[in-house]
Amino acid sequence: MELKDIINPNNLVYEKPKLLTENTMHYCPGCSHGVIHRLLAEVIEDMGIQDKTIGVSPVGCAVFAYNYIEIDWQEAAHGRAPAVATGIVRTNPDKVVFTYQGDGDLASIGTAEIMHACNRGENMVVIFVNNGIYGMTGGQMAPTTLLGQITATTPNGRDAGRNGYPLRITELIAQLPGTSYVTRQSVHTPATIRKCKKAITKAFQAAIDKKGTSFVEIVSTCNMNWKMTPVKANEWMVENMFPFYVPGDLKDSSKNDPESYTPLKN
Amino acid sequence: MGELRLMKGNEVIAEAAIRCGCDGYFGYPITPQSEVMETLMDREPWNETGMVVLQAESEIASIHMVHGAAGSGKKVMTSSSSPGISLMAEGISYLAGAELPCLIVNVQRGGPGLGTIQPSQADYWQSTKGGGHGDYRLIVLAPSSVQEMNDFVELGFKLAFKYRNPAMILTDGVIGQMMEKVVLADYIPRLTDEEINEKYGSWVTNGRKHNRQRNIITSLEMDSVRMENNNLRLQEKYARMEEEDVLFEEIQCEDAEYLLVAFGSSSRICQKAVDQAREKGIKVGLLRPISLFPFPKKPIAVLAKQVKGMLVVEMNAGQMIEDVQLAAGCSIPVKHFGRMGGIIPSPGEVVEALEQKLIGG
Repeated sequence: MELKDIINPNNLVYEKPKLLTENTMHYCPGCSHGVIHRLLAEVIEDMGIQDKTIGVSPVGCAVFAYNYIEIDWQEAAHGRAPAVATGIVRTNPDKVVFTYQGDGDLASIGTAEIMHACNRGENMVVIFVNNGIYGMTGGQMAPTTLLGQITATTPNGRDAGRNGYPLRITELIAQLPGTSYVTRQSVHTPATIRKCKKAITKAFQAAIDKKGTSFVEIVSTCNMNWKMTPVKANEWMVENMFPFYVPGDLKDSSKNDPESYTPLKN
Repeated sequence: MGELRLMKGNEVIAEAAIRCGCDGYFGYPITPQSEVMETLMDREPWNETGMVVLQAESEIASIHMVHGAAGSGKKVMTSSSSPGISLMAEGISYLAGAELPCLIVNVQRGGPGLGTIQPSQADYWQSTKGGGHGDYRLIVLAPSSVQEMNDFVELGFKLAFKYRNPAMILTDGVIGQMMEKVVLADYIPRLTDEEINEKYGSWVTNGRKHNRQRNIITSLEMDSVRMENNNLRLQEKYARMEEEDVLFEEIQCEDAEYLLVAFGSSSRICQKAVDQAREKGIKVGLLRPISLFPFPKKPIAVLAKQVKGMLVVEMNAGQMIEDVQLAAGCSIPVKHFGRMGGIIPSPGEVVEALEQKLIGG
């Protein structure tokens, strides 16, 4: 068998989703955003909703998310993506709208917007990428930074007395009656990537079925600002973040009463 | 001929929005403009025209909801009063930067800070010269009657879509709260999604269609040359507004020896002051800027060659006077008379100020 027989469209088992653009990603090597972007492109393509989906990108590293997925996008001000998405979906109820937000964007400056959009049960999807740090501005403390974690603004580690506590906002979101599906995922292994894709698909389906807000937290790494190799960052995430940000479904109204909520045990 | 009614200014804003085919209103309660959303909620336009009305969690959320809906080509608006407009400043800058059309109504109250719920005109600078960050302009219309509250809703939207720029109705607690007769506009149907795609398909984000490229709405541009070009394009647009859409009214200016310049509710008081001054034998005229941006520079420059002095009457410490001085040049005195704190000047006070500051001086 020659090489040209092997490199043949019939043998193709994995390819770039058509919705991913040819633009070179600006993300650092080892960053989780690239994987998550790909999953989103796959899900939107698989569901065939590219002509009615509008993404809302945040301020932060994913500010340029619109450069990479071939759909309509609006770029929101810092933290305001849920309000922008509300405006789109309320006046275009037949469209599919999602926000893509980081932890500084969603859990700090945009806390009011995310809580109220979820509490109103806006029919939209929230992709919440939580890497416990401000990436774009150079590694400052985020609301989700763990106690003891070193960042540019907590050089001796986050201290509860000085800096307050890390915020598990997804646990708060899960208690809101407007949310239907609230889950915490990760993309650090092939198995978790596949699981995360299923969660994103389920979230989009819930929005299409007008079940309220679906919220997918993806615990992620920022190896650059954590000052670790990508592999080491994944290990650090599993060891340190997962005990506090426990992966799993926090709420699934297709199984339970939408008002029900069970906190995950750590 | 439209329907004749006796209505409050704020209620008319709501009624005019429904009738002009507005797709959505997003707002947050604040005195003295709460009747706008109350009237909309009472009218339930979602049953009648399909218009969306949503009470947001804050003014910040309201303006960004407007951003989202405007970005999908919808005709949407918000209303607030001074402190709420300050909160919206972020979103207004983003709307201007992303070149999105929308209507913002500011029913002004006195400041700074929490100030007073009484009427004021102290947001002139905020409306016409920024408020938010960056080089941008709003189209600013100043109604002086309940009828104009009605008329400027559709006019504001028309100009906003003409330029793809936010438009503001800058009014105050006097006109928002007072009742006058008003001829309501006839109903204009809301645009269908097909019509939106046909008219605005080159920029709207309502789901990319097979027959068009995807659209991206953003004010972000990291390349300095391209960002400067974006700024230059905005400036060209603002220059075009100054050429094509300046609105003003001249009252008894033909033989005037002195000129009052006032907008909105102050101009109503000045109309009476003109009559009182003329009874005393002083030949006074009134120039009322209707569009505060673009500002009527040319008529003021023309009148500066005719009159002996100008008195700018505002319910603030002296804001529009700077634009009047720039337009008038240095050949004649341009003075200011203003009241603050929610105090509305009387016509007699205006005549007295005219006599003291210009004629006697």
